[in-house]
Amino acid sequence: MATSSERSPPPFPDSEDQDVLDSEEVRGRDSDEDDADELFMSASNPPLTEMDPTLPPASQPSDLLMKPPADIMNEPLIQPVSIQTENKATIAVSESPDDFVDLTNNLTDSPDDTVALESAVADAAKHTTEIPSDEPTDDFVNIFGSETEAPQEEVVVADVTVEGAADKSEVTGAVTDSPADEKTGSDAEHEAKEIAPIIDLSVDLSASDTQQPRGVDTFVDPLVDLLSDAPPAADATKPSRATVDLFEDEGSDLFTEPRQSKSAKQPQKSLFGEPDEDLFGEPLGATAKKTVIKEQKDKTVLTKAAEDGSNTGGPLQDSNPAEPADLFSEEAVTSAPSIRNTSTVNSKTNGVHSEEETDIFAEATVELSLDSPRDERKKDATAKPSVSAPSLSAAASLTKPQSAALEELEEEEEEELEDKFDIFVSVKDPEKIGDGMNAYMAYKVSTETSMPMFRNKTFTVRRRFSDFLGLYEKLSEKHGPNGFIVPPPPEKSILGMTKVKVGKEDSSSADFVERRRGALERYLQRVVNHPSLLQDPDVREFLEREELPRAVSTQALSGAGFLKMINKATDAVSKMTIKMNESDVWFEEKLQEVESSDQHFRKLHALVESLVLHRKELSLNTASFAKSTAMLGSAEDNTALSRALSQLAEVEDKMEQLHQDQAAYDTFAFAEVIADYIRLLGAVRGSFDHRMKAWQRWQDAQAALQKKRETEAKLLWANKPDKLQLAKEEIAEWEAKVTQYERDFERVSATVRKEVIRFEKEKTKNFKRQIIKYLESLLQSQHQLIKYWEAFLPEAKAIA
Amino acid sequence: MMEEVKEVTPTLSVHAHNIKVTEVLKEGDTLTFLIVSQKLSGTGEYHVDRTYDDFEWLQQHLFSQEDVPGIQGVIFPPLPAKAQVNASAKVMKQLGFLGLEEWQPYCKALENFVQQIAAHSILCKNKALEIFLTSPDPPGRQRVRKNIFNRLSQAVVEMRKESHKDVDEFFQTERDHNLVLTGCTKTATERFLDVVLTEQKIAVACGHFSAALHLCVEQGEDPDKQAFSKACVKLSEVFNSMKKNMTSVAENNVNTLGVGLDLESRYQEAEKEMLFRRTCKLVELETARRNAEKAKPVKKAAMEEVKKVAETEFDHICGVAKQEIAQFHGVRVKMLQQALVQWCEKQLLTAKENADQFDQHLQAFRGMA
Repeated sequence: MATSSERSPPPFPDSEDQDVLDSEEVRGRDSDEDDADELFMSASNPPLTEMDPTLPPASQPSDLLMKPPADIMNEPLIQPVSIQTENKATIAVSESPDDFVDLTNNLTDSPDDTVALESAVADAAKHTTEIPSDEPTDDFVNIFGSETEAPQEEVVVADVTVEGAADKSEVTGAVTDSPADEKTGSDAEHEAKEIAPIIDLSVDLSASDTQQPRGVDTFVDPLVDLLSDAPPAADATKPSRATVDLFEDEGSDLFTEPRQSKSAKQPQKSLFGEPDEDLFGEPLGATAKKTVIKEQKDKTVLTKAAEDGSNTGGPLQDSNPAEPADLFSEEAVTSAPSIRNTSTVNSKTNGVHSEEETDIFAEATVELSLDSPRDERKKDATAKPSVSAPSLSAAASLTKPQSAALEELEEEEEEELEDKFDIFVSVKDPEKIGDGMNAYMAYKVSTETSMPMFRNKTFTVRRRFSDFLGLYEKLSEKHGPNGFIVPPPPEKSILGMTKVKVGKEDSSSADFVERRRGALERYLQRVVNHPSLLQDPDVREFLEREELPRAVSTQALSGAGFLKMINKATDAVSKMTIKMNESDVWFEEKLQEVESSDQHFRKLHALVESLVLHRKELSLNTASFAKSTAMLGSAEDNTALSRALSQLAEVEDKMEQLHQDQAAYDTFAFAEVIADYIRLLGAVRGSFDHRMKAWQRWQDAQAALQKKRETEAKLLWANKPDKLQLAKEEIAEWEAKVTQYERDFERVSATVRKEVIRFEKEKTKNFKRQIIKYLESLLQSQHQLIKYWEAFLPEAKAIA
Repeated sequence: MMEEVKEVTPTLSVHAHNIKVTEVLKEGDTLTFLIVSQKLSGTGEYHVDRTYDDFEWLQQHLFSQEDVPGIQGVIFPPLPAKAQVNASAKVMKQLGFLGLEEWQPYCKALENFVQQIAAHSILCKNKALEIFLTSPDPPGRQRVRKNIFNRLSQAVVEMRKESHKDVDEFFQTERDHNLVLTGCTKTATERFLDVVLTEQKIAVACGHFSAALHLCVEQGEDPDKQAFSKACVKLSEVFNSMKKNMTSVAENNVNTLGVGLDLESRYQEAEKEMLFRRTCKLVELETARRNAEKAKPVKKAAMEEVKKVAETEFDHICGVAKQEIAQFHGVRVKMLQQALVQWCEKQLLTAKENADQFDQHLQAFRGMA
């Protein structure tokens, strides 16, 4: 991705080191410039060159501009980074990943959030300050000039500011840390946190980190000093907290994203430009203090955005080729949306490593953590119908496809590793809460795990049914379009639930509740067994958080039923309209298989249900036979016969229990599991549909591109050079989109394929397990039966 | 079953215990039963084919032996209800266990019926039985007049006479007891029939499931797919053996306790009928006595005569009935015990076989996993 290009340039680290040495921004810039040149030369130059078309006026100034844009780009990033990074960065770089994670985590965790937010805010503020100045392309030159000047000024001030700023940031960090982490660790972390913002910015830096580490040593001390200084500075940070508070509302997502986005932006504005703006705009808006900055920023952003929009396609692509090696390494890191999953885990573990361990690792983790938020961000962005979405997704997709191959490899490896999670979720103690039609069922969701991503080994929360549905909706919204098979929860059942609500304690409603409890448990277990879904913050929140905001959307609708109706309708329409000439035989076959096994499962389900029904009937009949035998026994006046008959009645009573148990086994071993699979097959088909939609998007883009080309040809023929330029740009844009959509499609296809294979593997495993369990139960009840008969036989023989 | 052969009467030329209903043939809507009996003399066998009408004919003849003293005190072996090929639900319900399993239980019941008659000390003397067992021509085809003295007016008078106070303590308790037992046995039989029917349904459902599992078999090289297919096939086998197991459990139920309870229930009915006939006679006698007391001198002699006849007849009946009841009690306990023991043994055997099979399946699955 964009960030990658920046990150990749290892030269930066050097510059950073230098920068580090220098005071914050100014130094950073200076150093940046120095390094920036290198960096940019390596990384940013290509983008710049490409960017030039878009930003031609500003960027063109060759040397200066070359540097400045790079610098600017880098600088904003670098500067903040360098400022903080320099201070902490060196140290932090390694730590930063942790911090970053922490930050993100903290954000999700409310207590820590404020602190993190504060730091984030502080960073943001810095960024904003820096950014605004940097970004205005108009100012670009000026900025540069000014920056160079300013930097110097700042340099002077720098010491102060550096210390102050750094201190502040540190202070904030310290403040933030102190509640959350240990101080010693926290300092590092604070730094890291600060860095984290920086890191975001410094994602680039992270690349440079490798080099930075050297500087780290030297810097560590200053940082430590700074840190020591920091506490006093804490006050300074506090004001920022207020702003932070403001920001909190907007949620951790925004923050994590914005930061990243910023960092991303700055390096490659085009990618994130628009989305970032939105995001940023809000958070900034929240902070009244920085309104001025904001405005500037906004403007810059806007201008940027405009530029970016045009740039998005080109620069990124261009930049990538230029720095293939770097990109690649970065991409590898960045690429893994899946890695992201691991990243959180890693990041934690890394926390330990990161400080001492290889920089590379640190970088990787840092980047990972950054990426993951981005991905989410992307998703969010796509989810939110924002204008900026296209450009965003384009950027995202661009980077992704390149890394796709790598991704896959890594993912596969990860799959092997992560297929077995040490996590067990149980749903217990269904409890009716409330009365009448407002009553609902609440379940205890207990989790047992040794995974480091959870704070405790065991924890229990109370969830109501609609919470489960809400979780599913969130997950399917986020992961569905990527081709993941999101396990569906049991349907909402008006009939069943009404019975529960109205009826007292009758057996059918108890049966219903038990079935549903089992289904929910299996549903959750499936979710947490999925390597990607487990990493989703919503899942963790669902499992861990005490109070969950009420899932509203599921209330009115009769849940899945209604949604299904709609989905089916839209599916039918899209199936009619989308005539996909399937090129991949595998998918064609799979789809057919899925369809047919869906039918088979439905049939099996009906059969098992009737079997269960008969078993229940048998149990009932056995009971009444037992009763009539008892009556017969009491009427009989031959004492031996009478005794035998009443013995028989007892045996039959026990058998009734046996039959009842058998019915339950049948239900839970087969009926419910098959019902699960019918639902899952629906989800599989859903993932196929998502793939088809991706294909459709790609086709549409191709068609559009074709049109643009035609118009270009016409224009060429008509000899209208002014419009030709525009047309060319459009073509470039659409070309980018086509490649991006194609990669999207390929990515979704790959995911679907992997998911389907995983699904089948799971299915086989699960079925075998169920069958074995079932047979064991059968065997056991058969042995029980033998015991009963053996006990009765002498009684029968005793009749004389 | 009910009676030991006390004296082999020359009229019957076959062994009472070797009468078998070996086969049932469907001819259109009628069922024809092949009856094989061993000749007393030498080694030959009689093979005759009889329809339900012939059985009915035999029963009528037995009922109408008015020359035998105390015939009304006999507990007539009960003839099962008429079997029909495409029986309606109502008829099937009436038949109960006998309607199951391709008429095998029904044949058994008929066999039992003939055996009981042949073994009965009084009934075996009837010529009709000999004809029924040996004559190559079916006797029942020329319609006998329907002499249903047995059930005829029963319904009308039943209420009044059934509650008639008995003079004999023995018969009074027997009647009361019989009444209770009849009801209980009947319900028990019905309930047990329900159990069996449900077991059969389960067997069928298992069969369907087993068959449907074969549909899930997928072709393909993929090891996962193959494993799944294999699991499906194996599970199908499991359900198939479950089906077989259920079927044999149901069969055991029918052939032992089911048939036993059915016979017991019908015999209780038969006893009840006998007791009722006796009660009728008692009422008749009491009326005769009263008439004789009240009769005017002119008619006194005639009335006394009637009373005497009635008295002797009633005494005969009581004598026979007491014997019959005593025998019946002994035999039915034995019969029930036999049924229970057989039932238990068979079920035990089936359960053990089944457990073995499940164990094998389980091992197979564990081996696969």
